[in-house]
Amino acid sequence: MNAVLVIIAFTILASAAVAMSLRNLIHSALLLVANWLGVAAFYLWAGAEFVAFAQVLIYVGAVSMIVLFAMLLTRRARADAAVVPGSIDRAISALAVSGAVAGVLVFAVLQTHLPAVTPPAPAATVRQLGAQLMGPQAAALLVAGVILTVALLGAVILAAKERNSNQDDAP
Amino acid sequence: MSVVAPATDSFLERLPLIMRGWFTGLFPESLRWLAGSLLEIIAILAVFGLLFAFLTLAERKVLGRVQNRPGPNRTGPAGLLQPFADGIKMLTKEDIVPLVADRLLHFLAPVVLVAFSLLTFAVIPYGRHLVALDLDAAVLFFFAAGAGTELSVFMAGWASHNKYSLLAAMRALAQLISYELPLLLSVVPVVMLAGTLSATGIVAAQGGWTAGVIPHWFVLRPWGLAGFAIFVVAALAESNRSPFDLPEAESELIAGHLTEYSGFKYALFFMAEYFGMTALSGMGVTLFLGGWQAPCAFLRFIPSYAWFAVKLFALLLGCIWIRATFPRLRIDQLTRLAWKFLVPLALVNLGTAAFWHLTAGWDGALQIARWALALALVAGPFVLLGRRLSTGIAPRTYRYAAS
Repeated sequence: MNAVLVIIAFTILASAAVAMSLRNLIHSALLLVANWLGVAAFYLWAGAEFVAFAQVLIYVGAVSMIVLFAMLLTRRARADAAVVPGSIDRAISALAVSGAVAGVLVFAVLQTHLPAVTPPAPAATVRQLGAQLMGPQAAALLVAGVILTVALLGAVILAAKERNSNQDDAP
Repeated sequence: MSVVAPATDSFLERLPLIMRGWFTGLFPESLRWLAGSLLEIIAILAVFGLLFAFLTLAERKVLGRVQNRPGPNRTGPAGLLQPFADGIKMLTKEDIVPLVADRLLHFLAPVVLVAFSLLTFAVIPYGRHLVALDLDAAVLFFFAAGAGTELSVFMAGWASHNKYSLLAAMRALAQLISYELPLLLSVVPVVMLAGTLSATGIVAAQGGWTAGVIPHWFVLRPWGLAGFAIFVVAALAESNRSPFDLPEAESELIAGHLTEYSGFKYALFFMAEYFGMTALSGMGVTLFLGGWQAPCAFLRFIPSYAWFAVKLFALLLGCIWIRATFPRLRIDQLTRLAWKFLVPLALVNLGTAAFWHLTAGWDGALQIARWALALALVAGPFVLLGRRLSTGIAPRTYRYAAS
């Protein structure tokens, strides 16, 4: 069981490391997708079937497309897809941000009291998950829905404005 | 796969289990699970590989008949060996990779596509005792595995380093993302009413007959009928089938993201397309057409997997028929159909399903009212939205072409 975990962890970390070191943005994005697949494999390993499939459906299916579309639509030339190594300033700010994120995560992990002997986790069925989401967690679900709707409306407004200003440019 | 079949099942019904037991019995106890899994994988690859081969032949034959010509008839008796001749041709063709292409991604795209589309076959229950992977969240697994298609289309378009490929890939992605939504939304009522995401559970929920002849399939419910119609349209678009085959529109985008593919890689793309169509049809059978359930109580002596095969072939032939009949849509018509028609209809259908669920206790005359109200909820939005769909669009004016 642990050998599988080691392989999954290695996949996740290696894809993240290679994604950072590559100069080609598209390759980095695809490695990010591989990373998400690794996280889904980890969920499967942990016995969270539903979360694993949802991870694949949402991240590998949808979020990856947003990332790739954004990349293709914002780059002018194909050569742009390769990023030149940044300056010292950029490296320092990147290190600062990643250090801060890592600090917060490590702090949160250390603060959590993990029971020494984990009782066998009850396998949560899809029905139980649904009841949780619709019952006690309904507020969080609604807030997430509202935020996504606001983002969608914002995107529609941005896209609609652009078309109006460009109407005369049409060939 | 359940290991022990009840003795009440007929011999033919238990035959796959008996054969599986015999095969795994050849191995030592500790390796039996591995042998069983390998057998399932081999069975899926063999059955659907052959089905793919003969589906291409059936498609060409049926299309030929529709267009009043014989179709392929020279290779073997009645053209039966045509798929194998095509396979050998594809295998021996030169594999051309453009000089400036991204070689790794160019190679990975068809591989990823076929791998993901094969995964979807694992969770479909082909018979009473025939399901490779009986998951609690099987329906979710099916659509999650289908998500790999989009990634591979992008990889193919980008790696080819060809502007036609890239443009077509973007268009294909717009289509795939647009139709993913109605496809998933049309499945939600089934999950709601069956109360489970497990494919075997959904098939079991459609068991039973009224008066022994009318099956309790979901397609025979008002919400199920609407859901099935939306599912079929969205599934045709998801698997790039005509009339939604813009991604590989030969006339406009010179085969789209497949422009720079040749030889066996090209064949793999086509294989994945047919696999996708077969898997989505199989899912449609499972979700709406009662899966392996017999249509009448007295027909139960025919084994369940035969019923599944009959329904699957009926849907596949329907797809071919549609391809032979309808002209291809334009990209704006395509996205408009998805966002302005199918998605609202699917959302309304959620309400219809909820109404059906809440009125499950209605009896007698109320039963008739329940049917009438549910049918009105299905037909009303369909007519209203359908009328609004083309207002302000037609008749089309041409600014740059002589009309």
